[in-house]
Amino acid sequence: MSAPRLDDVHVGDVVGTRRIEVDRARLVRYAGASGDLNPIHWNERVAADVGLPGVIAHGMFTMGAAVGLVTDWAGDPGAVVDYGVRFTRPVPVPDPGAAVLDVTATVGAVDVEAGTVRVDLTVTLGTVKVLGKAQVVVRLAR
Amino acid sequence: MGVNAAYAGREYPASEPYLVGREHLREFAGTVGAEHPAHHDVDAARALGHRDVVAAPTFAVVLAQRAEAQLIGDPEAGIDFSRVVHADERFTHHRPVCAGDELVTTLHVDSITERAGLSMVTTRCEITDTQGSAVATVRSTLAVRGEGS
Repeated sequence: MSAPRLDDVHVGDVVGTRRIEVDRARLVRYAGASGDLNPIHWNERVAADVGLPGVIAHGMFTMGAAVGLVTDWAGDPGAVVDYGVRFTRPVPVPDPGAAVLDVTATVGAVDVEAGTVRVDLTVTLGTVKVLGKAQVVVRLAR
Repeated sequence: MGVNAAYAGREYPASEPYLVGREHLREFAGTVGAEHPAHHDVDAARALGHRDVVAAPTFAVVLAQRAEAQLIGDPEAGIDFSRVVHADERFTHHRPVCAGDELVTTLHVDSITERAGLSMVTTRCEITDTQGSAVATVRSTLAVRGEGS
């Protein structure tokens, strides 16, 4: 797939959708790769002790996983110049099983002068939005 | 004891240089499902003009977190980690992070504010190369619940 051109991108375009399945093994692997060893992301007892419904995904895992479809679309991960999110709801990860997140990416703004596009992400667990104001700014060629 | 508001405005000394490893970038990208070849294949990354494999957009959290530990791990700051929820995070990339980069991180505590029984602690990590050129800015806000809430 060739990279999109700035002139061909319009507000409202759906960049893509992606389903992400996250299980406990994934969280352990993310903990190791990121260095975030907070036990609420892998230890049921500790999670319950601090008042959580159970082990929850790292917010940073969800943030990291949600942006993949935008970098694939842009054609270059180095094209991402800004990426911000708010963490609005926790993502409980069952055992056995997996939490299933659905991501939709839509063009929210086009800045021709800056040569950038803002892609807005909607990330849901069932009907619940787990990220708020999730916005990725990508540099595209004209 | 709540969060110590006197920490607002504090700037910490720059970190020792952190060497970004190629296998670490591959592993981090694989973990978050980032399958773009530029994260994994050196030739694919070079074809896009990068020196080596490119970090996933949130990889800089690895450096930010190490820097933030200076604040969070400081008992005087009063941040009880069992009461912390991550409120927001933002990465601004001044240039892509690639394998082989040596990066220096400087932690700033931008603000500490009270809101409805929560202390909102906003930090900013300025990440540069060893020459001081800007690479990334990572902003993060933690919400810390007060005692009894």
